[in-house]
Amino acid sequence: MQKDKKKMRESELIIIEKESDMPPMAMSLGYMTYNKTGSWRNIKPIINYDICIDCMICWKFCPDACVLIENGRPLIDYDFCKGCGICAEECPKDCIEMVEEGK
Amino acid sequence: MRLSIPEQELMTPGHLACQGCGATLAMRYTLKALGNDTILTFPACCWSVIDGPFPYTSLKVPLLHMAFEATGATASGIKAALEIKGNTETTVVGWAGDGGTFDIGLQALSGAAERNEDFIYICYDNEAYMNTGIQRSGATPWGAWTATTPVENFNSIFKKNIEEILAAHRIPYVATASVAYPEDLVKKIKKAKGIKGFRFIHIFAPCPPGWKTRSEDTVKLARLAVQTTVFPLYEIENSEKYTINIVIKKRKPVNEYLELQGRFKHLKEEHINFIQENIDKNWEKLLKKAGLI
Amino acid sequence: MRKVIMGNHSLSYGALLSRVQVISAYPITPQTQVVELLSEMCASGELKAKFINVESEHSAMAALIGASAAGARTFSATSAHGLTLMHELLHWAAGARLPIVLGNINRAMAPGWTIWADQTDSLSQRDTGWIQFYCSSNQEVLDTIIQAFKISEKVLLPSMIVLDAFFLSHTYEPVDIPDQVVVDEYLPPYKPKYVLDTKDPHTFGGITSPEYYYEIRYKMEMGMRESVEVIKQAGKEYGELFGREYGLIEDYRCEDAEIIFITSGTAASTAKVVVDELREEGKKVGNLKIRVFRPFPFKELRRIIEHAKKVAVIDRNISFGHHGIFAQEVKSALYNHSNIPVFGFVAGLGGRDINPQTIKEIYHITESNEYPSEKVFWIGVKK
Repeated sequence: MQKDKKKMRESELIIIEKESDMPPMAMSLGYMTYNKTGSWRNIKPIINYDICIDCMICWKFCPDACVLIENGRPLIDYDFCKGCGICAEECPKDCIEMVEEGK
Repeated sequence: MRLSIPEQELMTPGHLACQGCGATLAMRYTLKALGNDTILTFPACCWSVIDGPFPYTSLKVPLLHMAFEATGATASGIKAALEIKGNTETTVVGWAGDGGTFDIGLQALSGAAERNEDFIYICYDNEAYMNTGIQRSGATPWGAWTATTPVENFNSIFKKNIEEILAAHRIPYVATASVAYPEDLVKKIKKAKGIKGFRFIHIFAPCPPGWKTRSEDTVKLARLAVQTTVFPLYEIENSEKYTINIVIKKRKPVNEYLELQGRFKHLKEEHINFIQENIDKNWEKLLKKAGLI
Repeated sequence: MRKVIMGNHSLSYGALLSRVQVISAYPITPQTQVVELLSEMCASGELKAKFINVESEHSAMAALIGASAAGARTFSATSAHGLTLMHELLHWAAGARLPIVLGNINRAMAPGWTIWADQTDSLSQRDTGWIQFYCSSNQEVLDTIIQAFKISEKVLLPSMIVLDAFFLSHTYEPVDIPDQVVVDEYLPPYKPKYVLDTKDPHTFGGITSPEYYYEIRYKMEMGMRESVEVIKQAGKEYGELFGREYGLIEDYRCEDAEIIFITSGTAASTAKVVVDELREEGKKVGNLKIRVFRPFPFKELRRIIEHAKKVAVIDRNISFGHHGIFAQEVKSALYNHSNIPVFGFVAGLGGRDINPQTIKEIYHITESNEYPSEKVFWIGVKK
C-alpha cells in the first residue's frame, strides 16, 4: 500500500504535513468519528432506565447514529449526541428527559 | 430487544448535519437496507457537506462527489464500468437533493430513466435549496416562505409531481418513503435493490433550519405529512400499478402539519383552506389510481 | 493494415485499438461519424465496450467521469458547443485526476451558426487541466489516441485530441492501422490505483478546505509538468514499435531558418508545403508545428527558434481584446529568453481557408517588417 493510500482511520485527527503524503485528488483517509459533535449540544438526553422498555425507538430515529446498543439496552454516546431531542420526542414511554448542559 | 430495521451502521457519527436533520436519517436507513456492496454518487446537495471535508468521510461505502446536474449520468457511467468488468452485484445509487432532482438534474435524470439504466436514484427531499441557505426549488410546496420567496410574495407555485414525471418514463419502480416510517423505507429500498432497471425513490426529509421547526419535531413532521396526506406513501410499479402503502383512514387536517412550521406562519385561513383543497384533490386522485375508490 | 479512412474514423479506430470499455456520447456535426462507427463496433462485438447514448454532452462527460472513477477506460468525442457544454466537467475530470480521453473536432462557435473549423472551442478549455494534442493528419489522430491513454493513465490527467473540422475530420487519407497485438504490448489494460471499490471504500471529491485544496492543485500542476517527459517517452516508444515517433513539437526545415512559422492542426501541413516553395526561391524559412499545447512545450520551442530572426505565429482562433492564443503563448515562452520579434496572425476563422497563398502573405508581411507594426494581423479580411 502506498504512502498516500492507507487504511481508513477511525476517530483520529489526520494532519497531513507534506503534499507528498497526500493522494493526488481529494480522497478520504479517515472517518468523521474524529469530530466529537457532542460539543454542539446545549441540551442533553438522559434515559431513565427504570422506565425504559428497550424498544430501541430512540436508536432507530437518531440522525447521528449515536444511540448505541449495549447489552440490549440503548446507550447514548455523548461524544456525538448533538442534542436534537428526537429521541425524547419519539420515546413511547417518555423516559428520556432533555436537560440543560451543565445542570 | 427486537430491532425493526437492520442493526448495521454504515453512516458514522461525527458528520456535519444540523441537529435533527431528516436527510441523515434517510441516508442511515438507506445504507442499512443496502449494505456494504453499494457505490454512491452525490451532486451538490446538503450531503456534500454532511459527509465531511477531505480527508474524511462519514460513509463506509465508496462515494463519488459530482457536479450539481450530473447524477443521472454519473450513476449510469459507474454502472456501465462495473458491468463491463463483470460486476453485476454491486448496487449503484445516485443520491441527490430536491434541487438536484427536480430542477438542475432533471435532464440527466430523465435521460437515465428513459434508458432504464440499472441503478437506484434516491431523492431526499427537504423542499428547498437548504445547503445554500433555503432558496425555493421545484419541490417547495405552495405557500412556503423561503429566502427567495419572502412572506410578502410567498411561493405560489405548486410542487412538481416528480413521481408522475418518473412513472411516465415507464420505469419498473417508483416509490415515496418517509423518515418517519423507517420500516417501510427499508422495505422499499430492499425491494428496489432486487429489481433490475431504473428505480426512483423519493424520501421526505424535514429540515429544521429550513422549515423553521424544532429539531425534535423532524420525525413528528414527517409522520404528520403522511397522516395529512401532504406526502402519501405509495409505489408505482411498471408505470401502472399504484399501491398506497400506508392508507390513512382518518386524515388529519393539514393545519396540524403547517402550524408547527415557521415557513408557513404567514398563511391566512383562506390560504390554508386552499392548501387543504388541493391535498384533498391529490389524495382522491391517488386513491383512484390505486383502485381504492 | 493500411486503410483509407476519414479523420473521424481515425478517432474511432484509435479508441477500438485502445480497447476502451465505456463510451458515452451525444451527436454534433462534425463529430458524428466518430461515434456512429464506435456504436457499430460495440453492436457487432468487435469492441467490448458499453456505449451510453446520453441526452447531452454534459451527461456524456459525467458518465465518463463515473465510469473512469469506477475503473474503466473511457472515451468520447465532441465538438464546439458540445465541448463548451462539457466545460464544467472538463474541470471535474482533471481535478478528479481521471485519465479520460476525448476527441474534439475543432469547430467555430455560434452565433452565427457555423459548423466549420476554428480552434476557439478547444482553446477556451486551456485552463481546465487537460492535456491537449493538435493533430495534422489522420495517422497522427489514430496514433495519438493510443499514446494519450498511456500518457493519461500514467500522469492521471485527461487528454483531448483535437483535429480541424472537415479539413481533417472529413478528409480521407491512407492510414496504417496498427496490429492489435502490438498495441496491447504498448498499452496494457488500465489498472487504476484510485477507484470506487466496495472492498476498500473511499470518498472522492469531497469538500476541501483552503488547508488542502492548494496542495491538491499543486499536485495537479506537478502531474502536468511530469507529463512533458511522459509524452516524449510515450512518443519515442511508439516510434520504436510502430515506426512513427512523436514529440511535443514537430520542426520542419528549421535548422538554418531565419523566419519560422509556428502553426498547429492542418495549417501546419499547408505551411510545410509553403516552406518547400519558399526554400526553392532561396528563402530561409521553416515551420514549427505545436503538437502538444498543454503542457506547453516551452523548452522545445525555445530550442528550435533561438537562432531564427523572426517568428510568424498563425492562429486559427482569437482571444478577443488580445492576440491569437498561440501567439500569446509563444510570446510568454520567449519572454526573458529572447528578443526575437513575434508576428501574430489571425487567419481561417469559421472555416475560411488557410491556403498556401494565405501563408505566403504572412511570410511577406513578416519578411518586409523589422518589427510587427500591428499587435495582431488579420489576414484576408474583406476591406
